[in-house]
Amino acid sequence: MSLWEYANPVKFMALSGKVLPWIIGLTALTLIPGLIWGFFLTPEAENFGTSVKIIYIHVPSAMMAINIWVMMLVTSLIWLVRRHHVSALAAKGAAMVGLVMTVIALFTGAIWGEPMWGTYWAWDPRLTSFLILFLFYLGYMALWQAIENPDTAADLTAVLCIVGSVFALLSRYAVNFWNQGLHQGASLSMDKEENVSDVFYQPLLLCIAGFILLFVAVMLIRTRTEVRTRRLHALETRERMSDG
Amino acid sequence: MVELGKYAGAVLSAYGVTMVLLVLLMVATWRRSVKVKAALDAAEERQKKNG
Repeated sequence: MSLWEYANPVKFMALSGKVLPWIIGLTALTLIPGLIWGFFLTPEAENFGTSVKIIYIHVPSAMMAINIWVMMLVTSLIWLVRRHHVSALAAKGAAMVGLVMTVIALFTGAIWGEPMWGTYWAWDPRLTSFLILFLFYLGYMALWQAIENPDTAADLTAVLCIVGSVFALLSRYAVNFWNQGLHQGASLSMDKEENVSDVFYQPLLLCIAGFILLFVAVMLIRTRTEVRTRRLHALETRERMSDG
Repeated sequence: MVELGKYAGAVLSAYGVTMVLLVLLMVATWRRSVKVKAALDAAEERQKKNG
């Protein structure tokens, strides 16, 4: 069986309907304990005091903000190359989740930045590229709303997604490109010396898993809604034509 | 209750805003899903009746 078979809306709806309750359950089983562990059961950090607790929402939301755009890029490219409607609708369904994750990352970063850096905002390379990514999310969603023909909207938003990917990658790697700026390097690293200590790392991993599962659950629900909306429009158009 | 000291405002507002945004996202997603499904069911029912 080919993976592309699930690009068929009927097969996609059948499979996603089966897995969705499991994903929602797993989200609750990871996100809630992860946040409780991080908030209530972790100690103060030497450098950050109790403000380190913000890491459990800031790091996962920032990771998701970038990776959701990358997922939208992949599904947009699939749409452009193979013209599978479900892939275009999955990108559309993911955009609102990505926007919310970007807002959370920007807000929690600003809240954390004030006590750490003495300012809520600086035109630092990572912060600035994140702000531009936020504007791309807004523009992407506005473009879907502005164009009536869904295939044209999918084409144009796919192109916008490709352009915006530059800023999604910049948000991730800006710290490596430019050494100046307030934002520190990545909190997670394969190098044990650079990684956060285990006492913070384990609940952080659980929160990251929870945010990923939350994204998958919400994205699937929104994609299913988009598939249904498309079918509804087709039926309504048919009704209008037979009435006329 | 956790003692957050001088960072209490920052930590609580970060968690508070995050929870509000995530709940709004989930509620809005669920409500639209239910609404569209009901409209589609009704349209399919009409189509069946009209042949």
